[in-house]
Amino acid sequence: MGYPAHIDYSLQLADNALILGHRNSEWTGHGPILEQDIALSNIALDLIGQARYLYQHAARLIGGKVTEDGLAYGRDAWDFRNCLLVEQSNGDWGKTILRQFLFSAWQYYFYGQLRNSRDQELAAIAEKSVKEVTYHLRWSGEWVIRLGDGTEESHERMRRAVDELWKYTGEMFAPAAYEKELIRLGIAVDAGEIRPLWGEKVGEVFNEAGLEIPVTWMQGGGKEGKHTEQLGYLLAEMQFLQRAYPNCEW
Amino acid sequence: MHDNQWPLWEVFIRSKQGLDHKHAGSLHAADAAMAIENARDVYTRRMEGVSIWVVESKYIHASDPDETSSLYDPANDKVYRHPTFYDLPDELKHM
Repeated sequence: MGYPAHIDYSLQLADNALILGHRNSEWTGHGPILEQDIALSNIALDLIGQARYLYQHAARLIGGKVTEDGLAYGRDAWDFRNCLLVEQSNGDWGKTILRQFLFSAWQYYFYGQLRNSRDQELAAIAEKSVKEVTYHLRWSGEWVIRLGDGTEESHERMRRAVDELWKYTGEMFAPAAYEKELIRLGIAVDAGEIRPLWGEKVGEVFNEAGLEIPVTWMQGGGKEGKHTEQLGYLLAEMQFLQRAYPNCEW
Repeated sequence: MHDNQWPLWEVFIRSKQGLDHKHAGSLHAADAAMAIENARDVYTRRMEGVSIWVVESKYIHASDPDETSSLYDPANDKVYRHPTFYDLPDELKHM
């Protein structure tokens, strides 16, 4: 059995990737045009792929009979450690794009740092994932600019998306108790340190998109299992099959 | 899927071993940058390529299919246009 903080941390990273991947997969077959349907489905698959490596790692740390599937499909909302941003509903294309951009920008700098983790497995996963995320960031960033600096309607929708999502960004930089412990051990990334880089990147893109960063309070809790109601609906759908037919394979 | 007024683009992909870009298909995009990203997402998902060209379809001018017979049939009986038509002297090596 691994160190509890280490397990929580691995699960947080896995849950972030799985939940956002699942959210994006909800667009499959519903994208605004075929090309973007495929683009977002590719990103969904990249994220679910990252989640698999991270769950496998967490399962090894936990030991016993725990499997990646058990972790993804057998835990309830309060066990999930993902940040609140990734579980927010898709809304319109603008909100989905903005959610992706805010998270990809974070993930880009985060994985960049995680490559130096003393946990070699996490470092290797970060090394592989940062290439994928580099593209996610570029793709979503260009869309934020395109929509923010587009028509009156697209601008208004992006402005609304910023209002809805901004309050969930603070949590990404506020370490949970288990993170602080691992930062000291050189395993976890001190996300507070990447905040300026993230802020600069987001500011740059918002500036070009004609969007303003709102002044707002920040909501947190996801990393410690206190989620918005959105996650419950997502899990009900995502976990249905394994709940109704435990251990079923196809 | 909604109708959209984005222009159509033709996509050319060069594979890792390939020397030339080959026509892969077409897609819709608002501009060249988006066309390249879309091409990456639609046509290189299975490691098909390492380089992408896109060109707006309207800039491609094609020969008229109705003129096929007058354009291409006349080449049919011109075997002398192929190098293999010519007998080479035995003294000539390395051809």
